Amino acid sequence: MSMYFTKEHEWVKVAGNIGTVGISDHAAHELGDITFVELPKIGTVVKQFAILGSIESVKAASDIFAPLSGKVVKVNDALELAPEAVNESAEDAGWMAEIEIADGSELKDLMTQAQYDDYLKTL
Amino acid sequence: MDDQLHATPVRLKHRVLNALMAPFGGWEMPIQYEGIIAEHSWCRSQAALFDICHMGEFLFQGDFATSGLEDVFTFSVQTIPVGRSRYGFLLNESGGIIDDLIVFRLADDKVMIVVNAATAPNDFTAITERLRGGLFTDITAATGKLDLQGPLSRSVMVELVGEEVATLPYFKFMTMNILGAPAIVSRTGYTGELGYEVLIPAEKVCELWDLLLSDIRVKPAGLGARDVLRLEVGYSLYGSDIDEATTPLEAGLENFVNFDKAFIGRDALLRQKEQGVTRKKVAFKVSGRRSPRHHYDICSAGETVGNVTSGVFSPMLGSGIGIGFVTPELTAVGTPLTITHERVSMEATVCELPFFKDGSVRS
Repeated sequence: MSMYFTKEHEWVKVAGNIGTVGISDHAAHELGDITFVELPKIGTVVKQFAILGSIESVKAASDIFAPLSGKVVKVNDALELAPEAVNESAEDAGWMAEIEIADGSELKDLMTQAQYDDYLKTL
Repeated sequence: MDDQLHATPVRLKHRVLNALMAPFGGWEMPIQYEGIIAEHSWCRSQAALFDICHMGEFLFQGDFATSGLEDVFTFSVQTIPVGRSRYGFLLNESGGIIDDLIVFRLADDKVMIVVNAATAPNDFTAITERLRGGLFTDITAATGKLDLQGPLSRSVMVELVGEEVATLPYFKFMTMNILGAPAIVSRTGYTGELGYEVLIPAEKVCELWDLLLSDIRVKPAGLGARDVLRLEVGYSLYGSDIDEATTPLEAGLENFVNFDKAFIGRDALLRQKEQGVTRKKVAFKVSGRRSPRHHYDICSAGETVGNVTSGVFSPMLGSGIGIGFVTPELTAVGTPLTITHERVSMEATVCELPFFKDGSVRS
């Protein structure tokens, strides 16, 4: 399954027309202890790079942006009670939402894993 | 003030421990080591070690009455028994808080004043201007300060310095030899837990740091955890909750003001007491895990009625908590408030302080 990243440190894993979205290990580490995740409502239609939700740590509050346009079809409810799952497994169990992808060509605006790794070195 | 960040004598130890460092009050300080919540939880259950060398220490020696020292603070210095300390304020003429501080009575004619880091240079000038005699010196650079806080801190200290520390009551201190150097061990802190503040010559502080950390019950904690710990027990943070534009009456800290004595700012406070305050500190609990933050708006019935001065997610309460300032009629316990910032909005309810009531501080 291919994984793509935004400059704002969200990731999306694409399987068919469904994209699973979360924040990167790097972002989770930078935020520190995560205490709250605001998940989007199922059915919400988002544009690429528009606000999808938000995340709070002891240190900071940040918005989460949608890596791709589409409709939210599933959210990770477990994060409401256990947001620390994002610290423990940001790029797997700490996923936030599944989006039904509206336009697969938007992937060209995202980074591959290798490109993201290079991008992190520039920060 | 120069822009160069000061570093504490313990800085290399923080580096070895891979601490996240950040500027605080003009000093480069450890914010976290393992993680803020893990360090917070260790302090509430075991014993946490904090590098507090950034705080300022001044010495005064002389006659308290004729030098004018007795009139400098909102509390009486001469009635502090030797071996005890007292918390209170240095005020400006308008009753605004220049700093909150602790005075330690070292001897009949000698006190040590422990002040906040960012305000220390200003405090030193303000106190100097008010003194007509005595010997007043800034010993910050020569003084190391480590705080050991947590329910196990007593047994750790007893092993380190001896049984005599076991009976030390809250807000009392003792002078003793640690690592061959003169030290002060004070039963005070900023966490709401049983704990000690240890003052030792700066050149000995790294050795003491290592010695305390060699005890498996002790882990280092940074300023991130310290901020959560202090807010859970409702302690004010200078620069956030109190400042020169805030009086002790507005901040709900009148207990630390003795109106039976002279001090700068007394007339302004008496006037304010008579007229009533127009804004007052309020503590509130958020319903949910969102965290209120410094500068967020406090609203009631759709109107902005004040602002948040401190807010965190409280691991002990499992919800957001905060303090801020609002119009006095909205400070009654149970009053609903809405905390807003940009597209964020959270419901909150006014509550009593402390938020967390079961700390070991007086045990």
